[in-house]
Amino acid sequence: MAIGIVSAAYIAASVLFILSLGGLSGQESAKRAVWYGIVGMALAVLATVFGPGIGNYLILLVMIAIGAYLGQMVAGKVEMTEMPQLVAALHSFVGLAAVFIGFNAQIEMGRVAAIMADVPASLNATGIETWLHDQGIQGFALKVAHKTAVEISILKVEVFLGVFIGAVTFTGSVVAFGKLAGKVTSAAKKLPGGHALNAGSAIISFILLIMYMNGAGGWTLVVMSLFAFFIGYHLIMGIGGADMPVVVSMLNSYSGWAAAAIGFSLGNDLLIVTGALVGSSGAILSYIMCKAMNRSFISVILGGFGGTSGPAMEVEGEQIAIDADGVAAALDEADSVVIVPGYGMAVAQAQQAVSELTRRLRAKGKEVRFAIHPVAGRLPGHMNVLLAEAKVPYDIVLEMDEINDDFPDTDVAIVIGSNDIVNPAAQDDPNSPIAGMPVLEVWKAKQVFVSKRGQGTGYSGIENPLFYKENTRMFYGDAKQSLETLLQKIS
Amino acid sequence: MKIGTPKEVYEGEARVAMTPDSAQALQKLGYECAIETGAGALAGFTDAAYEEAGVEVIKTPAALWKDCDIVAKVRQPNDTEMKRLRKGQTLISFFNPAGNEAGLEAAKKKGANVIAMEMVPRISRAQKMDALSSMANIAGYRAVIEAGNNYGRFFTGQITAAGKVPPAKVLVVGAGVAGLAAIGAATSLGAITYAFDVRPEVAEQVESMGAEFVYLDFEEEQQDGAATGGYASVSSPEFREAQLAKFRELAPEMDIVITTALIPNREAPELWTEDMVAAMKRGSVIVDLAAEKGGNCKLTVADEKIVTDNGVTIIGYTDFPSRMASQASSLYATNIRHMMTDLTPEKDGQINHNMEDDVIRGATVTYDHEITWPPPPPKVQAIAAQKKEKPKDLTPEEKKAQEMAAFKAQTKNQVSLLVIGAVLMLIVGAFAPASFMQHFIVFVLAVFVGFQVIWNVSHSLHTPLMAVTNAISGIIILGALLQIGSGNWLVVVLASISVLIASINIVGGFMVTRRMLAMFQKS
Repeated sequence: MAIGIVSAAYIAASVLFILSLGGLSGQESAKRAVWYGIVGMALAVLATVFGPGIGNYLILLVMIAIGAYLGQMVAGKVEMTEMPQLVAALHSFVGLAAVFIGFNAQIEMGRVAAIMADVPASLNATGIETWLHDQGIQGFALKVAHKTAVEISILKVEVFLGVFIGAVTFTGSVVAFGKLAGKVTSAAKKLPGGHALNAGSAIISFILLIMYMNGAGGWTLVVMSLFAFFIGYHLIMGIGGADMPVVVSMLNSYSGWAAAAIGFSLGNDLLIVTGALVGSSGAILSYIMCKAMNRSFISVILGGFGGTSGPAMEVEGEQIAIDADGVAAALDEADSVVIVPGYGMAVAQAQQAVSELTRRLRAKGKEVRFAIHPVAGRLPGHMNVLLAEAKVPYDIVLEMDEINDDFPDTDVAIVIGSNDIVNPAAQDDPNSPIAGMPVLEVWKAKQVFVSKRGQGTGYSGIENPLFYKENTRMFYGDAKQSLETLLQKIS
Repeated sequence: MKIGTPKEVYEGEARVAMTPDSAQALQKLGYECAIETGAGALAGFTDAAYEEAGVEVIKTPAALWKDCDIVAKVRQPNDTEMKRLRKGQTLISFFNPAGNEAGLEAAKKKGANVIAMEMVPRISRAQKMDALSSMANIAGYRAVIEAGNNYGRFFTGQITAAGKVPPAKVLVVGAGVAGLAAIGAATSLGAITYAFDVRPEVAEQVESMGAEFVYLDFEEEQQDGAATGGYASVSSPEFREAQLAKFRELAPEMDIVITTALIPNREAPELWTEDMVAAMKRGSVIVDLAAEKGGNCKLTVADEKIVTDNGVTIIGYTDFPSRMASQASSLYATNIRHMMTDLTPEKDGQINHNMEDDVIRGATVTYDHEITWPPPPPKVQAIAAQKKEKPKDLTPEEKKAQEMAAFKAQTKNQVSLLVIGAVLMLIVGAFAPASFMQHFIVFVLAVFVGFQVIWNVSHSLHTPLMAVTNAISGIIILGALLQIGSGNWLVVVLASISVLIASINIVGGFMVTRRMLAMFQKS
């Protein structure tokens, strides 16, 4: 296939990717959009495989076949509650691939440089081409061979950056995966020295970059990647719990930038475009998540909540418990119900029970809606997917901004496994660590039931005055079991 | 410690401060309970019922007062009872500290601790022991029943074979606890109910009870109810005029008028004047719940029912709660029991008279040889302050100016960003070779397109978005594909691994996205 056709295929693929992301603006168009993505990817891969300068077809086909098989196995099996882990795992793959490809680029550079040194001086331009071909230089190596000195320097920076971002993404995602899958403690943990260690590693990496640029050789790249691996590991270990949505979005962004950096080093526009799309997508998601927590990106990355400016407001009153009969009676009388799910629902796997409750209440002619806070769960949009899996129709699942004004007209609000996102202290108490964070104003409903395991505080460790309000009743117990007992009372 | 309740000595008082139910709850707090024989008889609780609940029945009041460490009763104690009070004893009762200086002095001299139930502050936490509210609730309900008893017609409208019956029209003046209870009772009997209050913020509560709020055509800043602990305050003469004019207009239509307007520590305001009574239909009924404080209607005679010359019945009873002694006793006993719960944080049957506690401090009028009335204001505001007024509607010019300013700011923002961007590009362009610039421009454009596109992604699809970006970031496979044909074995190995994992990404990402999107169903 000629280079022109390959370029045309790349342009088509870029357009299809953009359409694919754009199509996610609505549930129905999204179903079409994913096909644009698939077709775009197929075009890009086919054009590259049958394009100029590709060899080792056998290995290539076997690898793609194995990868495709594994991919579809994972995708078919994964539980929706495990989506955050899967997303993190996939990020780590992109990171690792970027590291490998960066190393390869360095190796090829060395090889090409060695061969170019031996070019017989007698050859003219065409002669050099044939000679290079005879030496087995093709594909990426051929491109390198044609680069001028300045271009080689730029290439080196690009390779270095690609490996750095890729390495941070890789270990970061592996740790995020471990935390989300419960294999690593999800609490924020830092080595002694804290962020000084990260900063130190970054500075050493920068020194290594300068050495690498001055021809210190490939070892600098390897050492740098070790430091980058450490940064990724340590950075994400220091972030925990409810900040995970930001972390996952951030890693998503990094995996995109890594791909873009590799695109630069390989001079491949499609990689650059796609990497940039993914990178900006992740950046926007991180921004939305941070905004929903009223925290700056930096403060999330540096871990922990910001300092408080004074003592927290004292909480008046007591937590009043209620049993399933009480909840059932209140639901029976209610006309409008709003359910606020949180990570606790996912942990208890209660989404099916929630869906069944919704179905029964709707069958009785009650208005049931869901209110989703942007950072509910451990992944942007996590709750929506869980509810969709449990067959809750998406048109009754609303965003915070859409539903917040409706709480005063709501008879019953049910909070299932969420805490900080319904904390009135964010609005009432200027000294609260979460002051200013947009929250779901459930306390304005006539009655609030909170399904919760026990009397603990949420991820942020902040006391929640909602639980002490007069119109709040605590429905203690495992969310799934509580809801199942409740279902028995509601026919 | 032992808690005892004597028989009420005030004439006609049928309530009792302890019921068998509340005694059982008190025993759970670790107290022994005692009651004077026959104390609950008028409220429908026999001595046998008390004994069954584990309460000691004591023959004489003197023995009871002597024997008990805590005495709970309903009415303000009379002189004999005050004499029986002894040092260290705790008395929980209505006490009327504002008009009972002698009582305060006596209790102070004796060294008794007196908790006055009417002084329980109006804060959320104290609602469960707010006896004024629970009694007012009963009074409001009973007022409607008394009115119905004296009104010769139905409350509800009916169309019967024997003719059409119009519904009764009820006006409730003052929408406090009693007023709201009256509104509730009247609407559930089927009457068309109107309600008025000087505090405009209660309109919502009135409407939620099913009554219509009577608005005045009057522009005045009413004092926010939140500032006075949720009670009404005195209104200006102009406001009063507007209010009376409105009542005059309503008087001929109303069948039943229930007035509940009280201002703390003042004589009841006159709201229903003689000419309004004169304008009412024959057979109409007025129930004046403010009779004890002089009445909202000047014709009211306290504790009596009178009929005016034009046939309007005016009821001025002051003992509505006592008329429903059984219900009132249950509620009052529960109030007392909650007060005791707060006084016994350890549940060990010992009083811990914590003067730091807002509620206990507020209600205590004498403590340890000192008069502690009036209390300092509670630390917690009674009810939420009224919302600040919404920003005023802007005039069209102001709006336009604001829009222009916003537009200008936005333009400025964008232009400055563009300029910065352009300068950066120029700097990069000045140093980097052409081949790099070509890719760089592609990169910048792609980021720009990405930002434009992603903002439109629906929030509910953020997880599919991440999965699909996962899949397309598998595009990194292209890099590996370009390198896999290399002559160096290490490069081939690394590239192969990269191809493998990138394929997992591509296939896994797209498949899981498809799976997720298929789940999103419309109802």
